[in-house]
Amino acid sequence: MNRNELRRNILRLLGEDGRLTAKDISDRIDVPVKDVQAEIRKLETENVIIGYRAVFDDSELPESAVKAIIEVKIRPEREGGFDKIARRLSKFSQVSALYLMSGGNFDLQLEIKGESLNDVAQFVASRLATIDGVLSTSTHFLLKKYKESGKLMQEEEDHERLKITP
Amino acid sequence: MNGSRSRHNNKKENTENSFVAPHIAVLPKSGIRDFFELVNSMDDVISLGIGEPDFVTPWNIRESAIYSLESGKTHYTSNLGLLSLRKAICGYMTSDYDLDYDPQHECIVTVGVSEALDLAIRAITSPGDEVIYHEPCYVSYSPEIRMAHGVPVAVNTYEKNDFALDPADLEKAVTPRTKAILLNFPCNPTGATLSYEQTEKIARIAVRHNLVVLADHIYTELTYGEKTPSIATFPGMKERTIFLHGFSKAFAMTGFRLGYACGPAELIDAMMKIHQYSMLCAPIMAQEAALEALRSGRKDMLAMKAEYRDRRNVIVKRLNEMGLKCFLPEGAFYVFPNITSSGLSSKDFAVKLLMEKKVAVVPGTAFGACGEGFIRCSYATSMEGIKEAMDKMEEFLRDLKKKK
Repeated sequence: MNRNELRRNILRLLGEDGRLTAKDISDRIDVPVKDVQAEIRKLETENVIIGYRAVFDDSELPESAVKAIIEVKIRPEREGGFDKIARRLSKFSQVSALYLMSGGNFDLQLEIKGESLNDVAQFVASRLATIDGVLSTSTHFLLKKYKESGKLMQEEEDHERLKITP
Repeated sequence: MNGSRSRHNNKKENTENSFVAPHIAVLPKSGIRDFFELVNSMDDVISLGIGEPDFVTPWNIRESAIYSLESGKTHYTSNLGLLSLRKAICGYMTSDYDLDYDPQHECIVTVGVSEALDLAIRAITSPGDEVIYHEPCYVSYSPEIRMAHGVPVAVNTYEKNDFALDPADLEKAVTPRTKAILLNFPCNPTGATLSYEQTEKIARIAVRHNLVVLADHIYTELTYGEKTPSIATFPGMKERTIFLHGFSKAFAMTGFRLGYACGPAELIDAMMKIHQYSMLCAPIMAQEAALEALRSGRKDMLAMKAEYRDRRNVIVKRLNEMGLKCFLPEGAFYVFPNITSSGLSSKDFAVKLLMEKKVAVVPGTAFGACGEGFIRCSYATSMEGIKEAMDKMEEFLRDLKKKK
C-alpha cells in the first residue's frame, strides 16, 4: 500500500469512527501498527486531522439549546476578498461553522449555537450586523436535527436476518 | 453423491410407493438445514453463518422501488425484463467486464441469479449429460443439475491451491458425455479466486472439448485484489459462455431477488422459453430498483466492499493467530479455515462451538464432502460481531486443549 492509499484509508476509517486505535486500523488494512501511528501523527501535525469529537444528539445541552443558520451578505475587501471578514467572524465562539457559499443572495453561511432565542438575536444584532462590511443578515432557527456528519439521530430499526443461509 | 445414494437405498421402499418423483426423492436436503434448526432454537447467537450482506440495501435503491409502486408500476414486464434495465445491464457488462452483449437478444432478467442458473442448466442439459462443477461449492449446484436430469460431476478443490480449481483436475473429469462446466469464482464457501492463467487454461479446455461454460459471477464485484477477467472474454469463449450475475451481493439486494444472464442469443432464447412458461418475468419493483443500482449504486457498493475487505483482514489474522490455518481469500465474504488441529470433525466443531459459545459457523461438509476439516465463516456481519465471535472461538479452542 503506498502512502497516499494509507492516508486515504486512515481518513476513511477515522472519519467513520474516531475512536479506532492505530492497532484497530492496522488489523483492518493489514499495515504495520508503527506505520499507521506515524501516519496519523503526520496527519495531525499537518492539520489534515484537525480534531476528534463525538457526534451526539445535543438537544438536551442547555448551552446549545438554540441553533440557527445565518446567511450573511458582505462587501468583499479590495485586499483579501471575503477571507478577512470570514476569518474575523469565525473567531466568535458562538459560530460553530462558517462557509463561503456560491449563488443565492448571500456570501457566508454561519451556524450559530446559543442558549436562547434572545441570546442568538443579541449576537446577530449587536455583534454580527454591526461589523463593517456586513451588508445584511438573514437568520433561520433550526427546529430539529435528523442527521449530522452522516449519522442518523434515530437509527433504522433492526432487520431480522436468517441466522444461517447458504 | 455417495451420501444421497445411500439415503436412496435406505428409503428405497418408500420412494417406490411414493408420489414423489424418484429423482427428487433422492435429492439430499440442504446440508445446513438441520444445523439451521438448531441455531434457530437458540437465543443470542453470534452468527458467522449468513451468506448475505449485513448491510441494508442503499436507500436510493429502496426509494426507487417505493417510487415505482407509487407511480403504479405494478404490471408484468417483457419476459426478458425491462428494456431499460437490460440496456443498463449490457452497459455495465461493457464498462466492468469488457463484454458486449445485445440487450434485445443476449440478456435476460431473472428472479435472482439462482433462477438464471436453473434456466441455463435446463436449457443445455439432456438426460444423462454431465455437468462438471467444483467442490466445495454453493449448495444448489448439484441438485440443480439433477433436477434437469443431468449428472453432476464434482471436481475437488484443495487447500494447497487456496481452493482454486486446478485445470488439470478439471480436464481429467471431462468425458464424451460432458456438456458443461459450472464455475463460481470468487467462490462461496471458500472465498477462492482464479488467476488469469488458470482461467485461460480452463477456457482452452472448454474450447478443446466443445463445452458450455456457466460462469456464476455473483461475487465478482467483491474481489479485493485485481479482478480476473471473466472466462467469457477469452478466445472462443463468448459464444459458449453463459454469464450469470445478480444484484444480491454487490448491492446488498438479496431480498429483491434479481439476477440476470448474458450469453449467445440462441441460449438466451432457450432460457427465455423456460422463464416465460414458468416465471413469466421478474417483479417490476425489483427491476426498477436494480436499474437505480446500476445507475447510481457504485459509490455505496465500493464503500461496502471497503468494509468487507477490512473485516476480512481482521478475521483472517485472528483465525491464524488462534491456530486455525486460513489463506487470505481474494473475494466474496467468506473465509474457510482448516479446523483439523482441533481434533474435531467439521460438524462436531460447528455444533460444539454453537452449544458452548453460541457462535454459529457452517461446517465445510455442507458444501461437499471435501469440505471436511474446514468451516465456513462469513464476515458479512458487523466488525464488533466478528471480534466477539473470534474471542469466543479462541476461548473455545483453549477449552478444547485443556480437556485433552
